[in-house]
Amino acid sequence: MTQPLDYLKETPSQTAGPYVHIGLAPGAAGFDIYDRELGHDIAGPNAAGERIRVEGIVMDGTGSPVKDVLLEAWQANAAGVHAHPESPGTVEDGFRGWGRVITDFATGEWGFDTVKPGPVAGRNGTMQAPHIGLWLVARGINLGLHTRLYFDDEVEANAADPVLNLIEWEGRRATLIARRGARDGQPVYRFDITLQGGEETVFFDI
Amino acid sequence: MTSTGEYYQRDRMRHPPPRDEGYKTSVTRSPNYPLISLENSVSDVTGPVFGHGDVDPLDRDLLRNYARPGESPIGERIIVHGRVLDENARPVPGTLVEIWQANAGGRYRHKKDTYLAPIDPNFGGCGRTLTDVDGYYYFRTVKPGAYPWRNGINDWRPAHIHVSVFGRAWVQRLITQMYFEGDPLIATCPIVNTVRDKAAIGQLIAPLDRQASVPLDSLAYRFDIVLRGRRSTLFENRLEGN
Repeated sequence: MTQPLDYLKETPSQTAGPYVHIGLAPGAAGFDIYDRELGHDIAGPNAAGERIRVEGIVMDGTGSPVKDVLLEAWQANAAGVHAHPESPGTVEDGFRGWGRVITDFATGEWGFDTVKPGPVAGRNGTMQAPHIGLWLVARGINLGLHTRLYFDDEVEANAADPVLNLIEWEGRRATLIARRGARDGQPVYRFDITLQGGEETVFFDI
Repeated sequence: MTSTGEYYQRDRMRHPPPRDEGYKTSVTRSPNYPLISLENSVSDVTGPVFGHGDVDPLDRDLLRNYARPGESPIGERIIVHGRVLDENARPVPGTLVEIWQANAGGRYRHKKDTYLAPIDPNFGGCGRTLTDVDGYYYFRTVKPGAYPWRNGINDWRPAHIHVSVFGRAWVQRLITQMYFEGDPLIATCPIVNTVRDKAAIGQLIAPLDRQASVPLDSLAYRFDIVLRGRRSTLFENRLEGN
């Protein structure tokens, strides 16, 4: 007999189900209970950098919009610093870097306002192109899906990004690149996510 | 170069697979391609930090946080409590735990829930709290009822409470469901059974905890949550880890 390893095991995931909004976005579920719902303001009023809007839709394997998704975003500020003690540097007062949005029940559209993140250090001396980590949960998704949003106006940085370059199938890298547009003079990035099928978005095991 | 202790790789054989035909909605919402595995970078080992300014002490008390003054929800009064630990059995302090659930009749306060069991005017069904320095948390609530759902035509969810936890890092983000000891619906639920490993299912079932019950007031269930653990960066800067 060898000694047993005494590690615990991670609690298994379960789907967030159709009523995830009750717990994590109760206002959207149709009732007000908290004075302050979390995740509305990613960047705060003091963050430096370009103010952007990010929008999209999530589609299932039939090409139909998924109307009960909850998305969370995690990003660095414009200087490439995360609001976390392990990130080198400090962030602006009020910059949280984390946000939570749901899709519109009727259309499936989601969107959030933030600042465009700066490049972040990668592993082994590399630099990562500006990106926003996204995490999706919904009915039918058994374990939250991690993906990344990159920006189509960061061509050089994207070409050198260590994570994008890990994706051997070059044709799939484009599924992670948001397209820049404008509305009322404000930059808007479009990022549609396909859960399954031909243009399936790349998802990561991080 | 930053030397970060990485998190242990997630054991995806213990988690449910993306696609499980028994759980019909997963069939069109599961990626066909394999996930791309990444080594952790600072983008992954960091994550949102919450503080006492984010939650109100009343948020953990579902018996009161939506009840009209002097009233309380109908149902079995329970305490749900436990610790959030990592795989190294270390407590995860100061982390946000959020829960949501149906009322005692299995009805959610959600505009898309049309089940004929009535709404409880004194029950909202969501709560949140931060773990203390020992990783400990508790909620007060009513035991939720089972409810039917359109999967098979006679499928019923066991009583459950949805649980969301952050941990310290983006890689630890987890949503799961807590079930109650002895519920016969657990064995037949397609969502429970997306988890293939029986021992792993057991980790989702909270035992009755008579020691923690409040006499003449509430029963208690104990639910410990384990998040991913972290490797030491041995022979380098020793960061948090095993």
